[in-house]
Amino acid sequence: MSKRIVIDPVTRIEGHAKISLFLDDAGNVSDAEFHVVEFRGFEKFCEGRPYSEMPGITPRICGICPVSHLLASARAGDAIMAVNIPPAADKLRRLMNLGQIVQSHALSFFHLSAPDFLLGWDTPQPRRNVFGLIAANKDLARAGIRLRQFGQEIIEILGGRKIHPAWAVPGGVRSPLSDEGRARIRAWLPEAFTTTQTAFDLFRKVMDSHKREIQIYGNFPSLFMGLVEPDGTWEHHGGKLRFTDASGSIIADQLDPQKYFDYIAEAVQNSSYLKSPYYSPLGFPDGMYRVGPLARLNVAEQMGTPKADAELKKFKKLGRGAVTSSFLYHYARLIEILASLERIELYMEDPDLSSEDLRADAGINSLRGVGVSEAPRGTLFHDYTVDRDGLLRKVNLIVATGQNNLAMNQTVAQIARHYIKGASDDIPEPLLNRIEHGIRCYDPCLSCSTHAVGQMPLQVRLIGPDGALLREVSRG
Amino acid sequence: MAARTLTIDGKQVSADESATILEAATDAGINIPTLCHLDGVYDVGACRICLVEVAGVAKLLPACTTRVSEGMEVKTDSERLRKYRRMTLELLFAERNHVCAVCVANGHCELQALAYTLGMDHVRYEYCFPRWEVDNTHPLFGMDHNRCILCARCVRVCWHIEGAGTKNVSGRGARSQIISDLNQPWGTSDTCTKCGKCVMACPTGALFDKGATVSEMERDRTKLEFIVTAREKKQWIA
Repeated sequence: MSKRIVIDPVTRIEGHAKISLFLDDAGNVSDAEFHVVEFRGFEKFCEGRPYSEMPGITPRICGICPVSHLLASARAGDAIMAVNIPPAADKLRRLMNLGQIVQSHALSFFHLSAPDFLLGWDTPQPRRNVFGLIAANKDLARAGIRLRQFGQEIIEILGGRKIHPAWAVPGGVRSPLSDEGRARIRAWLPEAFTTTQTAFDLFRKVMDSHKREIQIYGNFPSLFMGLVEPDGTWEHHGGKLRFTDASGSIIADQLDPQKYFDYIAEAVQNSSYLKSPYYSPLGFPDGMYRVGPLARLNVAEQMGTPKADAELKKFKKLGRGAVTSSFLYHYARLIEILASLERIELYMEDPDLSSEDLRADAGINSLRGVGVSEAPRGTLFHDYTVDRDGLLRKVNLIVATGQNNLAMNQTVAQIARHYIKGASDDIPEPLLNRIEHGIRCYDPCLSCSTHAVGQMPLQVRLIGPDGALLREVSRG
Repeated sequence: MAARTLTIDGKQVSADESATILEAATDAGINIPTLCHLDGVYDVGACRICLVEVAGVAKLLPACTTRVSEGMEVKTDSERLRKYRRMTLELLFAERNHVCAVCVANGHCELQALAYTLGMDHVRYEYCFPRWEVDNTHPLFGMDHNRCILCARCVRVCWHIEGAGTKNVSGRGARSQIISDLNQPWGTSDTCTKCGKCVMACPTGALFDKGATVSEMERDRTKLEFIVTAREKKQWIA
């Protein structure tokens, strides 16, 4: 039986994107659009499945942040069961999320972004990747890779595997932290702290030498959203939502994540499969907000741990009110790695994590449940509606990359406006990379695919005022 | 009770005249892959995985329902058998929606284990992607028709071990399905005793404990054998 295999479109949302730049009569950039051209359909094909299976299904959305989907999904299940999960289970889930933040941020910083700002923007493309970084600074590259490995080890120790662990379940988790696992994490922590310090030292130099990039890489006013504790401390799993504006003022606080639809609406654009959520009281597009490390640090008043708090103070001085440059997502990522390591260190002394009371049991007590968790790249919502037998009737997922969609468009436009002036129809490769980096600041699920080390398949189209395609450059 | 002598894979084997080829082979330590067969209940030859070659018979015969006979020459492994077993498995996978990665039985599934051992590395047939519902109406258990291979183990344990007669097969061919009572939601069944034997018997993730997540369904079939042994031999051996 012969069959023709057609691959169209090539899938993997992490890896494929398109950018359109629109030019005015003078040949300057008037607008830009960032398109995600893949369609996944998870929200549709999960309909009819038992809600208890969702922590197994939804992590398959992504190979880099499966833990985020796992935890948000399990939380949505908790809400459907209307249970308070055992305290030990909550701590264990948090520990896994901290491991996830460390590994994902380390990947973003060392593997994907550092080649740009450490090797230099004009480094020839074949060397501007993690292998180039290894050639230039073997110890640094190795330390970065090991830091990511540390985060993944935590995930594996708890969930049994690094990618797609089916460990968190509605009502709790399946297994505690083993003594052996605790010893392994504890022994590895000092090295992780040292690597993080090295990264801070490096990035401080980068900030001195990249003042222009800080000015133009997505530096604009917007709202910021993230989870916080009741006293405004940085939160990553649990807590309530807070919005601040560009001046740093809190415009809404302690919003119940279960009622996100009261203050977040989603706009659909014809040009992209990404939905564009916005803060509904301000309307579209004024309600544009950013999520992720930069936003979380803007909404948080303190990190809750001493070393990270000291860094947060330095970070807050970089902005008047809020820190508005998306280039500083990188800095925020390092602070979050530090905060995560400090919290992991505290958990290593907590006997609760070895508890066997890990799973609450209940039937269907609520026909709708929302699970919210801070994924490394931003706030993640899983919203499930079930029938009385627990079968899903409606699924809505709001992911970080979607929430940053409007900001990414604006970032791309800002960088393009700065570099494309006059009627030039030529796009030199280093520019392509700078635009790409604008996207990379957000560490969206597009560039985070390990397949895209150092470069992502990217297409830039230059469109004249009459709508004609002047030039198209693609890479990858 | 007369004994019969036959050859299985070149080995001389003696078996009771009432024995099947599968029983004779198992007694002789010869492994024949099975799927719908379940120790403790009678065989129906539903899956065709245990097909064997018998000298002088042109077609392949299911080992689980073919009785031994004097002088029979049986081959349990050949290129032809491997080809047909793999084909049968591929058809089972293509017929419904088997997604191992997110299945409650992942890692503890007989269908999956067979696919590994019989070397099924891909499915050559077009997947049917049928639309089947999940019956989650029962207070303790769920039934996902997407993962059902119609082996009817659940029907057999329900009728012949528990004696409740709740489970049945309705329909014809690929559209056949396991039903409860008069094809009604399982939770509304008058006859179901909630004993869970069907769930214990299921080789795939089709029948599961409600609330089970990925890979959580591990079955304990020793209880089924325990009950049958106790009933038939008056021996309570756990």
